[in-house]
Amino acid sequence: MINRIVVGAHYGLKDWIAQRATAVIMAVYSVLMAAVLLIVRPSTFEAWQGVFANGVIKFLTFLFFVSLFYHAWIGIRDIWMDYVKPTGLRLTLHVVTIAALVGYTAWAAAILWRL
Amino acid sequence: MSIPVLKFDAVIVGAGGAGLRSAIQLSEAGLKTAVLSKVFPTRSHTVAAQGGVAASLGNSEQDHWTWHMYDTVKGSDWLGDQDAIEFMCKKANEVVVELEHYGMPFDRTDDGKIYQRPFGGHMSNFGEKPVRRSCAAADRTGHAMLHAMYQRNVKANTQFFVEWMALDLIRDEEGHVLGVTAMEMETGQIVIFHARATIFATGGAGRIFYSSTNAFINTGDGLGMAARAGIPLEDMEFWQFHPTGVAGAGVLITEGVRGEGGILRNSSKERFMERYAPNAKDLASRDVVSRAMATEIKEGRGCGVNKDYVLLDITHLDPATIMKRLPGIHEIGLQFAGVDCLKEPLPVVPTCHYQMGGIPTHYSGRVVMPKDGDMSSVVPGFYAGGECACASVHGANRLGTNSLLDLLVFGKSAGDSAVEDLKAGKAHRDLPKDAADKSLARISAIDNRKGGANVHETRLAMQRTMQDHAGVFRFGDMLKQGVSKILEVEKAARQLEIKDKSMAWNTARTEALEMENLIEVAKATMISAEARKESRGAHVRDDAPDTAEFPNGRNDKEWLKHTLFSPVDNSISYKPVNMQPLTVEPVELKTRSY
Amino acid sequence: MSKRMVQFSIYRYDPDKDDAPYMQDISVELEPTDRKLLDALTKLKAKDDAISYRRSCREGVCGSDAMNINGKNGLACLTDIDSLKQPIVLRPLPGLPVIRDLIVDMTQFFKQYHSIKPYLINNDPPPERERLQSPEDREELNGLYECILCACCSTSCPSFWWNPDKFVGPAGLLAAYRFIADTRDQATSERLDNLEDPYRLFRCHSIMNCVDVCPKGLNPTKAIGKIKDMMVARAV
Repeated sequence: MINRIVVGAHYGLKDWIAQRATAVIMAVYSVLMAAVLLIVRPSTFEAWQGVFANGVIKFLTFLFFVSLFYHAWIGIRDIWMDYVKPTGLRLTLHVVTIAALVGYTAWAAAILWRL
Repeated sequence: MSIPVLKFDAVIVGAGGAGLRSAIQLSEAGLKTAVLSKVFPTRSHTVAAQGGVAASLGNSEQDHWTWHMYDTVKGSDWLGDQDAIEFMCKKANEVVVELEHYGMPFDRTDDGKIYQRPFGGHMSNFGEKPVRRSCAAADRTGHAMLHAMYQRNVKANTQFFVEWMALDLIRDEEGHVLGVTAMEMETGQIVIFHARATIFATGGAGRIFYSSTNAFINTGDGLGMAARAGIPLEDMEFWQFHPTGVAGAGVLITEGVRGEGGILRNSSKERFMERYAPNAKDLASRDVVSRAMATEIKEGRGCGVNKDYVLLDITHLDPATIMKRLPGIHEIGLQFAGVDCLKEPLPVVPTCHYQMGGIPTHYSGRVVMPKDGDMSSVVPGFYAGGECACASVHGANRLGTNSLLDLLVFGKSAGDSAVEDLKAGKAHRDLPKDAADKSLARISAIDNRKGGANVHETRLAMQRTMQDHAGVFRFGDMLKQGVSKILEVEKAARQLEIKDKSMAWNTARTEALEMENLIEVAKATMISAEARKESRGAHVRDDAPDTAEFPNGRNDKEWLKHTLFSPVDNSISYKPVNMQPLTVEPVELKTRSY
Repeated sequence: MSKRMVQFSIYRYDPDKDDAPYMQDISVELEPTDRKLLDALTKLKAKDDAISYRRSCREGVCGSDAMNINGKNGLACLTDIDSLKQPIVLRPLPGLPVIRDLIVDMTQFFKQYHSIKPYLINNDPPPERERLQSPEDREELNGLYECILCACCSTSCPSFWWNPDKFVGPAGLLAAYRFIADTRDQATSERLDNLEDPYRLFRCHSIMNCVDVCPKGLNPTKAIGKIKDMMVARAV
C-alpha cells in the first residue's frame, strides 16, 4: 500500500451517540438496582437469587452488560487507534477485542439465565 | 557559489494586509505568484489594528466619499496628493464590501449592515461634526481583516513562502526591478526570486523609535531594500504618534475608545481637549491630540508619580457596551496597565505608531522616482502598497482607520497594475550576473566580522536618538544634533557582529539584517526632518511656531512639497504636491483647526 | 516591582552543533518595567544572541511566542514573570518537531487548519453591498473568530499528540465551527461531512486542556460539542 495518511472514514457519529446512550443506560440501571437492593436488602445467597429471578431485572441486567461491552468496545478501539499504528496488528487487536466482548456477552447471558 | 533561482510571474514581499490583498488579485488572475513573509501571514502587524476601516457606507447616518476626501486632505495638512486621496476614498466602499464578502466578521447594525463608529478627524459635510465612518469588528478589526484575507488566499491557492526574509531588491542596469534575494529562515539558504513584477508590502518601521506601538517585525525591510537599490524615500519626516499607547508598555489603545465616548483627562481630571479642539474635542486628528497631551505633560499636568502620562477615561460608559465593542481594550488594560478600565481610567502617552512616508508610488501602486527631469518616472516591474508605500494619501498626518483602507485600496491597485502589466506580456528580463552578490556579501560580513558592533546596543542607540531628537515636538538644534548622532549610529550599524553562527533559524542574523534596514529609515527620517523648516501635521518644530503669517507654523509658500530623501548621497530633493483630484474640485488650502 | 534577578531553565537545541537537546540554567537581571516573560526573553537574548524563539506583536494578538512555560502552554508576551515559580522552565510547544530552541515546526498544525477549508463558501453572486447578518447571528461568531493560531491548544491536547496527522485538533475544529456558525456560509453540510470521521473530529475526548491554556480565553471544546450537536441534529 502506498504510504499516505488517509482519513475520511465517514463514521464515528453513531459510535459517539452509542457511547453516550450506553452510559445513560448504565447510570439509570445503577440507580435502579441500588434502589431495589435498598428495598429488598438481600442478605443471603437465596435472597440474591430471588432478586435476579425476576424477568424484568434479568432483562435490565443483561441490557446493562450489553451496554457496558458496547461502551468498552468504543473505548478500547480508540486506545488501539491511538497507540497501535500498524494496520494489520490493529485489526487483529480489534478482532480479539470484539471476540472477547461477544464472549463476555454470551457469558453474561449464561450466568443470568442459568440462575 | 551558485544560488538557486525560482521563477515567478510576480513576487510579493510581505503578507500583511497590503500583501495579502495584492496576492488575491494576482492569484485570482491565475498568475504564478510567490508571497514571502518573515512570519506566518496572520502574524503580520495588520493583525494588531483595532478600531476600524474607513468607508462612507453611510450605514448609520448620511455620509459621502467627498466628505471623507475632504477630511483626509485636511488631516494630511494638505500634503496628501489629492488624486490619490480621491482614488482611495472613492474606492473605500467597494473594498470594504469585498472584505465582507470574503467573510470578515464585521459587527452589525440592527438592520444587519456593517457597524460603523466615529473616529478622529472623520466629519460629515466638510468638517462639520463627527460622523460614523469606521467599519469595525469589535476592537479587533485588523485581526478579523487579516484572517479573512489570509483565508481568501487559501481559497485562491496562493503560494506562500512562510518565514522567508527578503534581503535585497534586484535591479538591472536600466533600473528595471527583477525580483529579490531572500533567505529561508529555517535553513539560512539564500535564493533568488526572479519575477516579472515585484510588489513590496513590507509595512512600516516603527521600531526606529524607542517607544512604539509596532511589532518587533516592523523594521522597514522594504524601505531598506529600496534604499540600498537607490530608490528615494518620500516624506520620511512624518511619523504619527498615536495619542493612546499604554504608558510604559507602548501597547496600542484604539482611538475607537474615544469614538465610543472615551475622554482624555489630565491630573486635575479636566477634559483638556476642549481647550485644544473645541469642536471635535477628543476626536480631533491624531497629531493634534498627541500634541495636546504632550503639552499637558510638559506643563506639569500629567498624572502618576513622574507626571508623565494622562488618563483615558471610559468609566462613565455602560460596562455592557465596553465589553461588547471594546473587549480587547479591557483585556489590554488588565494585561499591560494592571487597570480594569470599567472601574479606573487607563494611563496613556503618545507613542510612535505609523510611518506616513515611504517608497514613492503612483496611486496605481507603481513605484515612481525622479529620472531625467521627470520627478515621477515609473520604476518598471516595481510596485508597493500599504504602510511601506507613499502614494501619498496620508501626507503629514494620517487619519485613524485610513491605514486599513490604504492597504486594501493600494494593495488591490498594486495587484491590479501588476496583473495589467503582466498580461501585456513581457518575458522575464535576464538577471544580472551579480544579482545575489550584494546580499551574500552582507551576510558573510555579518557572519564573519570580529570586534564589530553589538546589534542590541546599536538598535538601542538608534531608538534613543530617534526618540530624543525626532519626537512629538521637534527642535531645530536637537534635529541638527540628531543628524550627526544618527550618522554615528549608522557607522556602527554598518559594522555589526553576531555571536550566533548557526545556519538554522538564526534570529541573531535576522536581527542584524533588520538593523541594516532600520538604520536606512532612521537616517532618512532624521535628515528629512531636519531639512523641513516648517511645522506641518505630525512634524512640529519650535522654530516654526504658530504666527499670523504662518498659522500652526505651516508655510505653504515654501514647503507645500514632498521630501525625497536620496539614500545614495543622503541628499534631499523635493517634488510638488498634487493638488488636482481626478474628477472633483480641489480641496483649497485652509488653516487647519478642529 | 523592582530590580530583580530571575532564574531560568531553558530548552536549548541547535541542530548545527548539538547532538541532543539540553536544559540550560541561566539568570538575568530585570528592570522594574519588565513585566512580561517576553521582556525577560528579550533581555536574555541581549546577553546570548543564540537563544532562539519567535515573537512579533508583544501584545497577544499575533500568536508567535507560544511556548511551554513551567509545564503549561502560554504566550510569553501575556505571562507575568512574577507570577511564575523559579527557575522558570521554558520548553518548546510539546508534540511538534523542534527546529531550534523554543522554535517548533508548525507545518502539521497549519495543515490541519487548512484541512477544514478555512474560508467562507458562498456561491451566490456577490451583491452590490454587504450581505446582511443580524446582530444576533453575528454574535454566534464571538468566541470563534478571535483565534490567533498560536497552537497553545492543539499542542496541549493528548489526542493531537497521538494523532497530529489525523486529528484536526482544537484550533482547527474551532475554525471549522466558526464557518459552520456563519449564516453567510453555504457549505455546512460539506463541512460536517468533512469532519465525520473517527479521527478528524471524534478523537476529541473532552479532556479540555485546550480550554485551560487558550490565551484568548476561547473554548474549543464547546465549539466541538456544537459541531457534534449539529451532526446529531442532521442524523436523527
